[in-house]
Amino acid sequence: MDFAAVITEWFPYLIGGIFATLGLVGSALLLGVLFGLPMAVGQVYGKRPIRFLIGIFVWFFRGLPVLVLLFLFYFGVFPGLGLEAPAFLVGATVLGLRGAAYQSQIFRGAIQSVSEGQMIAARSVGMTKLQSIRNVILPQAVRVALPGWSNEYPNILTDSSICYAIGVMELMTRTSQIVSQTYITMPIYLVCAGIFILLNYAGMKVLHMIEKKIKIPGFGTGAA
Amino acid sequence: MENNETILKVKNIHKSFGDLEVLKGVSFEVKKGETICFIGPSGTGKSTLLRCINLLTQPDQGSVWLGDAEVTNSGKNINHFRQKIGMVFQNFFLFDHLTAIRNVEIALIKVRGMKPKEAREKALEELRQVGMEEWAEHYPAELSGGQAQRVSIARALAMDPDVILFDEPTSALDPELTREVLEVMKKLALAGMTMLVVTHEMGFACSVANRIMFMEHGEIKEQGSPEELMSDTKFERCKNFIGQFDQINGD
Repeated sequence: MDFAAVITEWFPYLIGGIFATLGLVGSALLLGVLFGLPMAVGQVYGKRPIRFLIGIFVWFFRGLPVLVLLFLFYFGVFPGLGLEAPAFLVGATVLGLRGAAYQSQIFRGAIQSVSEGQMIAARSVGMTKLQSIRNVILPQAVRVALPGWSNEYPNILTDSSICYAIGVMELMTRTSQIVSQTYITMPIYLVCAGIFILLNYAGMKVLHMIEKKIKIPGFGTGAA
Repeated sequence: MENNETILKVKNIHKSFGDLEVLKGVSFEVKKGETICFIGPSGTGKSTLLRCINLLTQPDQGSVWLGDAEVTNSGKNINHFRQKIGMVFQNFFLFDHLTAIRNVEIALIKVRGMKPKEAREKALEELRQVGMEEWAEHYPAELSGGQAQRVSIARALAMDPDVILFDEPTSALDPELTREVLEVMKKLALAGMTMLVVTHEMGFACSVANRIMFMEHGEIKEQGSPEELMSDTKFERCKNFIGQFDQINGD
């Protein structure tokens, strides 16, 4: 079978996989920030029981392999809650919660790097603790965290291919389906690899642009 | 500007850190428009005393009164009192991610709930007061220490405080920058702002302060007007302390 013909025939099918993959990565990153940032705040400023619970969460999601987590959620957690969840939702949830565990530690480090004087000054003009965190600490911490946080994108992007195991129709799953239909192996896998590399490159470009855009004199290297 | 209205009362403040008793019962009263300078050796509790006044440090014992209202034991109300008690720090502590003008206006917007446009106008006015209006759009990292300190004074002024606490405002600055900051402070004092200043600048203390408090070992050991300090014999220890500057200066 002619490789070029195969690619033209199957490419639209792969495109669908690209959307699924980006959907997984996007929701995982979003969940990661939505949960990870408050968790970081809780770990730094929260009371003991809160810090303890967050610690357990982080320990659990960082301690288990992605594949194990996927199966636990797919066969255990979701059915156990009486939810008949599509594989995509399970994949996005697992990648997102796992991302939150990792990202919370990136944000925690960044929050702790903001000097104590910033909080003292914020309180001295009458801000509450929460106002100080929101208006003074977090805007600085996020800027410190961004380079390390950017690293989460390629991590989650590559991890997302493991969702193949629970049958999410993402790039890797569709690639394997094409291989089993056409019996062409290497060329097809190479196309899949090429798409991953491109997605990675494009995403990092975007993140660098954001980094540049929110850059402020005094933060990061090359400070004014 | 001066009248006899007492604006701040500090009663019997005690504070220990572990086994170290930093403040051993400090009391004093401040009249509206007064400038009081706290001098004395390092580690005698001067800065801790200032921080106990707006409860950035919680005193173990004693009370602080702003006008007729108690600041200590004010619970959540403390944030209200802190608006009325401005503070200027040795290391400026400007908000590093905000431009000079944003530093001054942020509390107006977030704490006072002022409209952004109104807050900007007020912030610009305060920057003008300290001669920093041309630097309004610069970030702290782009300012000299003296400029940063003047912005932080503007930040304190913006809240229209009843009193401003200065915690060694020039200790991190070279003589030239020290002068530009002291000049701003002198202008404020003359304009009737009530100020408590922890400082090692004896020239400033003697020329601007209404009263000088000499602190040592967590107590106010000697106090009086600059004139009394120069002439009266009760200021022996204090004069010894100041004399050490003169020796090094070759006087």
